[in-house]
Amino acid sequence: MSTASTAPLAEGTADGPVPVKTGPSGPRARSARAYLLYVAGKLGGAAVSLFAVLVTSFFLFRIIPGDPVRTMTHGRQVSAEQLASLRHQFGLDLPVWQQFTGYCVKALSGDLGISYQFHAPVGELIAQKLPATLLLTGVAVVIYSVLGLWLGTRSAWHRGRLGDKVNTGVALTLWSVPSFWLGLLLIITFSVGIGPIPGMFPTGGMESGGATGFAYVADVAHHMALPVVTLVAVGYAQTLLVMRASLLDEMGSDYLTTARAKGLRDDLVRRHHAVPNALLPTVTMVFINLGHVAAGSILVETVFSWPGLGGLFYQALSVPDLPLVQGLFVVFAGAMILMNLLADLLYPLLDPRVGR
Amino acid sequence: MTAPAATAAQTASALARARRRSSVARFWRSYRTHRAGLFGLCALAVIALVALAAPLLAGSDVQSVTNAPGAALESPSAEFPLGTDQFGRSLLGLLVWGARISLTVGLMAAALSVAIGTLVGIVAGHFGGWFSTLIMRITDWFLVMPTLVLAIVLATVMSRSVWTVILAIGVTTWPTTARLVRAQTLAVESRPYIERATALGGGHGHIMTRHVLPNVMPLVLAQTTLGISYAILTEATLAFLGLGDPDVVSWGGMLQDAREAGAVSSGHWWYLAPPGIAIALVALAFTLCGRAVESVLNPKLGVSNR
Repeated sequence: MSTASTAPLAEGTADGPVPVKTGPSGPRARSARAYLLYVAGKLGGAAVSLFAVLVTSFFLFRIIPGDPVRTMTHGRQVSAEQLASLRHQFGLDLPVWQQFTGYCVKALSGDLGISYQFHAPVGELIAQKLPATLLLTGVAVVIYSVLGLWLGTRSAWHRGRLGDKVNTGVALTLWSVPSFWLGLLLIITFSVGIGPIPGMFPTGGMESGGATGFAYVADVAHHMALPVVTLVAVGYAQTLLVMRASLLDEMGSDYLTTARAKGLRDDLVRRHHAVPNALLPTVTMVFINLGHVAAGSILVETVFSWPGLGGLFYQALSVPDLPLVQGLFVVFAGAMILMNLLADLLYPLLDPRVGR
Repeated sequence: MTAPAATAAQTASALARARRRSSVARFWRSYRTHRAGLFGLCALAVIALVALAAPLLAGSDVQSVTNAPGAALESPSAEFPLGTDQFGRSLLGLLVWGARISLTVGLMAAALSVAIGTLVGIVAGHFGGWFSTLIMRITDWFLVMPTLVLAIVLATVMSRSVWTVILAIGVTTWPTTARLVRAQTLAVESRPYIERATALGGGHGHIMTRHVLPNVMPLVLAQTTLGISYAILTEATLAFLGLGDPDVVSWGGMLQDAREAGAVSSGHWWYLAPPGIAIALVALAFTLCGRAVESVLNPKLGVSNR
């Protein structure tokens, strides 16, 4: 679609100025230009959001805790000169707006400060832990999106039957369960073992060490099984409910009656007509979930000692290691903004009615 | 004021009361048909009773660490139906007392969140223009924030107390309500009777509180019920992360204690299971009620038992 529609746009702009909204250059050029405008708007919005995240993180961590230097030196004897030199070292003797611009410039260039407890740059720590989180949450989101879509479709198609009730009931129940508790129970049952059930899975971590090649992959998968099950169990309900609701919305549509009147089998009507339309809102959901799940995995990673960002966040909280908490806050919020942006950009390509 | 005018006013208010009564009755008749919603309501009634009667059911000194009745980490027995924790306190007693904090935080945080959301939504919907645009941009921005992370950060930088938890949950979850209420406000304000009220000299305050607010209340009610279960889960999460009030027994705090006492590695499932089941039950009950209310008010949603 995009390659076909950008060509007329190039001609239109080469010929000279074209009226912005109701140009005579044909509907395709108009739609391509509208899409570009839409993209520009969304990019601008994301930039504003990112700026707002920086503002929040600055004010949350500099203003609310009172004097950061006092927090840092809490419980220790420090002289007035030491306090003053610490203030100077962290730039806290400058006016607030100078501190703020300094913070923004540093944050945007990837410098998020030095962690109190690890004595290492926050950016480096985050980069180290990022792959583990991406692996865990990526696998979990793929599984629960597919599972949610499949069960949601079945539920809506057989609405009101026993299967639908059981499906939604189970999903809602699992949704109400705290993820960390489910994780702890799974560890007790399948890692430690109760009664006749032997401990089959490792209690935590990501690898046993020493394995290479295929054995390494199998080892990581073995460690990942329980955390992924936890994330999927707690998370798939949302996809299921959205898919169910949006398919139910479509089911009354005339075009489905037409499709049936053509003599199509029920299965084909569902797969080729109803589901593609109902998928649209769910696709956005998947992206927004991707953004959420990075933050949502804090608890699961903590419970399973998974060496990712969530576990790092928990370690930072217990000190509290404010630069690290602050850096992770910016990263988690940035991930949300990025995923929302991706969903927004993808949506008009899937559904031409949006953003025009 | 003359006599006929007074009676007219009385009959008008009586009429309004009668209408309200009949709409409540209609709501209840429709709600009654949702079996899951009724189940949620019954479960909530039982839990609320337990929470209110906690001193009678469990005694008021279950939280004391110094003169605990049992030995540390006893298995379930006749004296301690759910066993004891690492300080020798009865887990059943702690569970009963934990219901209080869970419900309090859930209700208060959801009320705070919905209050902020309703206020922002009505104001943004009533006053259009750049003001509304600005408010909605702020709302949108809050909407893309990772709510849990923001709540955790707020609870970290502020002092440890129940109020901090309520505040942290309340101020991070209002944007959804604000969006819904704004949309509803716009729909209500486009109706002719608002124009009539303006023509008769009704000011901004009068229109917002007397005409718009009653019309958005049903929506707000559904939103509150759904918000409570989220607030309860978040409260448990914050307590589990050690960000709750250390002096108060809560279900999330019990799970944290269990984990610290090594209940996981020693396989003490009877320590871990009950608090989690309690959290899930309360959250599920509020979710079921909220979905039933939602489908009564908006039958098109199709979440009902049809």
